[in-house]
Amino acid sequence: MIHTENLTKRFKDILAVDGLSLDVAEGEVFGFLGPNGAGKTTTVRMLACLIGPTGGAATVNGFVVGKQDTDIRRNVGVLTETPGMYDNLSAEYNLRIFAELYEVKDVTGQVEKYLKMLGLWERRFDTAGTFSKGMKQKLAIARALLHEPRILFLDEPTAGLDPEAARLVRDFIAELKKEGRTIFLCTHNLDEADRLCDRIGVFKTHMLVVDTPANLRRTMFGRKVVFHLREAGEGSAGVLRTMPFVREVKVVENKLLVTVDDPETHNPEIIRALVNSGAEVQFVGELRHSLEDVYLQLVKNV
Amino acid sequence: MNKIKTIIRKEWAEVFKNRMVIFTVAFLPLLLTALPLGIIFATRDASSRTGEALDSQLPSEMTQSMCPEGVNSAECFQIFMVSQFMMMFMIVPVAIPVTIAAYSIVGEKTTRSLEPLLATPITTIELLVGKCLAAVIPAVLATYAAFGLFALGSWLLVANKMLLSALLDARWLIAIFIVGPLLALMSVAFALMVSSRVSDPRVAEQVSMVIIVPVLVGLFGQMAGLFVLNKQVISSVAVVMLALDALLVYLATRVFQRESILTRWK
Repeated sequence: MIHTENLTKRFKDILAVDGLSLDVAEGEVFGFLGPNGAGKTTTVRMLACLIGPTGGAATVNGFVVGKQDTDIRRNVGVLTETPGMYDNLSAEYNLRIFAELYEVKDVTGQVEKYLKMLGLWERRFDTAGTFSKGMKQKLAIARALLHEPRILFLDEPTAGLDPEAARLVRDFIAELKKEGRTIFLCTHNLDEADRLCDRIGVFKTHMLVVDTPANLRRTMFGRKVVFHLREAGEGSAGVLRTMPFVREVKVVENKLLVTVDDPETHNPEIIRALVNSGAEVQFVGELRHSLEDVYLQLVKNV
Repeated sequence: MNKIKTIIRKEWAEVFKNRMVIFTVAFLPLLLTALPLGIIFATRDASSRTGEALDSQLPSEMTQSMCPEGVNSAECFQIFMVSQFMMMFMIVPVAIPVTIAAYSIVGEKTTRSLEPLLATPITTIELLVGKCLAAVIPAVLATYAAFGLFALGSWLLVANKMLLSALLDARWLIAIFIVGPLLALMSVAFALMVSSRVSDPRVAEQVSMVIIVPVLVGLFGQMAGLFVLNKQVISSVAVVMLALDALLVYLATRVFQRESILTRWK
């Protein structure tokens, strides 16, 4: 649905996006992570045909960026970094304007549908200026969906929202995912990306890495399993160190911290070896690295 | 065409919620209508009081070109006085669009609403035409309404119908119905260019108001007797305005680049 090849954007002396090559499949939720000023918004603006690239090529829903811009705009929904509502106009009129500009056939019906879906129906005649930040954000999401686009660009959809509002927005994005829409999600919220995204790209002017959150963790840190024993010591650790698939063993209090590539396959053998050596295994768990660890490790190394 | 209508309706719905804009749109035409009517009212009996004394004070060029036969010197003086206000009427189509455009175009900056608008399938031309018309139409209508009130007031106040026809002659009609809309378009095109080039809405509004200066120069020039606004001068102004508008609209569309506006308006 989204394909870029060496996509580049330069503003005079500043290289904002450097040779981005990327493929996002239909129905995929792609998380686009990166620090402030990394070029995420510039990338979204290029893909939504708000600004033109200075190099490379891109297609969105089969339309070529720079040549079929109006077709692309007709087929994508964009949630911009700030809601940008017309504060003096009612919520309903805000949506009505955009429904007309997106050439929606049933303007009244679509406006009603999304106002109800996002819980704003009762406040439809209130001016957008009286809305809280969360409500404005929901209204902006409704605006991006009025023409039922199959591709959505969401730029920081939960930025600045309180936890309750952020959760509502996240749940709504999850619903959109279930509907099979392709979502390009720019976010700083790593937990959000972890929960919602099928794949994640970490970006800082150029793409650092693209993979699933689970693969990123595995690649960056390996997988660590914690074995809680009644009494852990170097004896038990020594037993494990003789096993060829065990990469590292650390003793921390009454726990053995074991790094292995494939815990699902090797954990039974490790438990068997520990029990045979006289150790009493109380319970076993995986030590999960957060996506934040992965992200910080990647960005720190640039 | 539908998108242009949507933009116009949106602009009006938003702009006319601002009391300052309503005040400007309503007050300026009313003031500039009341002033010449007041002059007519105050000088309606001048013929009996001043008589021939006024004759020597009027520019001969004016009496020859403006005052038809059958109009006495006092009535001719009335025509002269009121004709001074023609340039003031020209302030309406220049000032009102600047006020509206300042909210309509630069206001997008403060609300950060331009980006979602540009993300829709609307073309730049549709957007510009919509915004231009949203500012030009009220200005032209306000000018027409002011002129209508002025004509009605003149008809009620002036007994001599020859004087009335002289007040509502071709000069006024060309000025109001041709030069007025051209001035409004010039004003909006200029405001668009300024808005596209500056990053601060207040600066945009203030710089855009510069467009009134040529009209004020014309007003004071006429009052100082540097020239007389006869039919030939007004017609020439209309032709020059047409060319100037074409140039300004072209430049405005060149300057109004989606990308530069999005990246400049921080």
